[in-house]
Amino acid sequence: MNKENYNIYISRRAKKSPFLKNCCFAFLFGGSICALGRIFLDIYLYIGMEQKDASSLVSMTIIFIAFLLTAFGVFDNIAKIAGGGTLVPITGFANSVVSAAIDSKSEGYVLGVGAKIFSIAGPVILYGITSGTIYGIIYYFWTLLR
Amino acid sequence: MEIFLNYLFAFLVGGILCVIAQILIDKTKLTPARILVAYVCAGVFLTAIGLYEPLVKLASTGATVPLTGFGYAIANGVREAVDQKGIIGALTGGLTATSGGITLALILGFIASLIVSGKPKR
Amino acid sequence: MQQIIDFKNSASILSYYSVVGKSEKEGPIGECFDEYCEDDMFGKSSWEQSESEMQRLALKGALEKAELSATDIELLIAGDLLNQCVGSTYGLLDFNIPYVGIYGACSTCALGLALGGALLSGGVCDKCASVTSSHFCSSERQFRFPLEYGGQRTPTSQWTVTGSGAFVLGREGDIKIKSAVFGKSIDMGVKDINNMGAAMAPAATDTILRFFQNSSHRVEDFDMIVTGDLGYEGSEILKDLLLSNDLDIRKNHVDCGLVIYDRFSQDKHAGGSGCGCSASVLAGNILKNMQSGAIKDILFIGTGALMNPMTLYQGQSIPSIAHLVHIGR
Repeated sequence: MNKENYNIYISRRAKKSPFLKNCCFAFLFGGSICALGRIFLDIYLYIGMEQKDASSLVSMTIIFIAFLLTAFGVFDNIAKIAGGGTLVPITGFANSVVSAAIDSKSEGYVLGVGAKIFSIAGPVILYGITSGTIYGIIYYFWTLLR
Repeated sequence: MEIFLNYLFAFLVGGILCVIAQILIDKTKLTPARILVAYVCAGVFLTAIGLYEPLVKLASTGATVPLTGFGYAIANGVREAVDQKGIIGALTGGLTATSGGITLALILGFIASLIVSGKPKR
Repeated sequence: MQQIIDFKNSASILSYYSVVGKSEKEGPIGECFDEYCEDDMFGKSSWEQSESEMQRLALKGALEKAELSATDIELLIAGDLLNQCVGSTYGLLDFNIPYVGIYGACSTCALGLALGGALLSGGVCDKCASVTSSHFCSSERQFRFPLEYGGQRTPTSQWTVTGSGAFVLGREGDIKIKSAVFGKSIDMGVKDINNMGAAMAPAATDTILRFFQNSSHRVEDFDMIVTGDLGYEGSEILKDLLLSNDLDIRKNHVDCGLVIYDRFSQDKHAGGSGCGCSASVLAGNILKNMQSGAIKDILFIGTGALMNPMTLYQGQSIPSIAHLVHIGR
């Protein structure tokens, strides 16, 4: 059997992830986190915050909750079931930062925690900011032309 | 009724964005890290061409809490900064708009590293 | 090319000792391990040190069982999964024995026994010891993600065993290492870090075929044909591949990765892996059964995926290797 056939053979026989179950849980968990965010948003608007501030405070609140769950060691157990449901909301970003920080503690605070805190979340920030900057430049020249 | 619809849309849109990621995890070879990068870039792109704003209007947190919302915040921040300060805004806008979340995550990560040790998984 | 190295009855296993973590203790064969730790930390402050401590405890236990002191041992052959084999390097410092560090990924246990047997039968030394270990937490950190990171594992992924096994080898003993086949590194182009069983199965196939093609033994001569850590996925592929080469091992095949955890009650996906998997099962379970006379002859095939995260990111696939030792009374 050559490499190509072997890879076809193994991927054909590999047990697949429980796709429908995973999607259902991702939908329920992800939807619930967003609905929870909406509750916080309504509270913050109710106490008189501006829409923009309230919106970013919602993100921060959810980041804080993800931090607590990660610190108490339960986030990974929830994520095992929720999959994309906890990965895609800002909870996944917070978990990747906090878990990397906890994990690299044994290598010290500068070269361990300091250097590795963005080991998973770094790409998100890099490419988010890069694409944002590209958009900014295009937008600037577009406004000049207008 | 309107309140109910607000929550329903937040739930539905947020849930669907997560399901799309789950499909990508299970059906493609994409790793979660690549999917997150794709989500942020998609958020910036959709905001830039004006498609994400209506979604935020409809679903509020359902569109801002997922990572595409992070891209939305970056793109909006950049556009406002360019409007106010010109080309320099392309460099300052993105991080300014998302500074709260990034700073908080960093600080909390640091605090966690001070007080928590990793537990064995079972 | 020399295929089978015959040790001419001059290499035997004098004693063996196993140390495991909590999940392994709770598994189906948990009762048979010699020592375990409730929190997997073994009283240390980092996971790497915990792994080293496991190796120290394992060798100490094996020496005590053989009623030997460290000065009786002329050579230590040890290795683990971590970079520079730090688990062994630090863990075995205190014994003050000449040390040969080896790397064979999860095949290290079989590699150590084969090398030890070769040195004994070649007259290089009279007594040596082979030690190996793996720790779920230290491996997870080096090869995958931080421990608290929330991710989903696929059903084909395997779970690194927290465990260590030590073997004291000498000339005179009931349990003989009769012969060995060293594996070739084989790359079938598998790139999925979550399907190591599939990456390793072709290597195991090659080694097992070379053994049977070059010896007078038949499959029925062995009570068990034990593979290291192919897990569910890899075991099925191995049996398939061997069948297509007209070799049927379905009746006496056992995989250490499948016996160490309960596939249904413990959430370990396709089964256990890691150097500690085959080492602790061999030392804790199989050799005890051999000592008691329940089994007589086995083939022990350590299987290792020689996986490096860096070369994997560079687009290379995962080469793997399988070393075989024939152990019997």
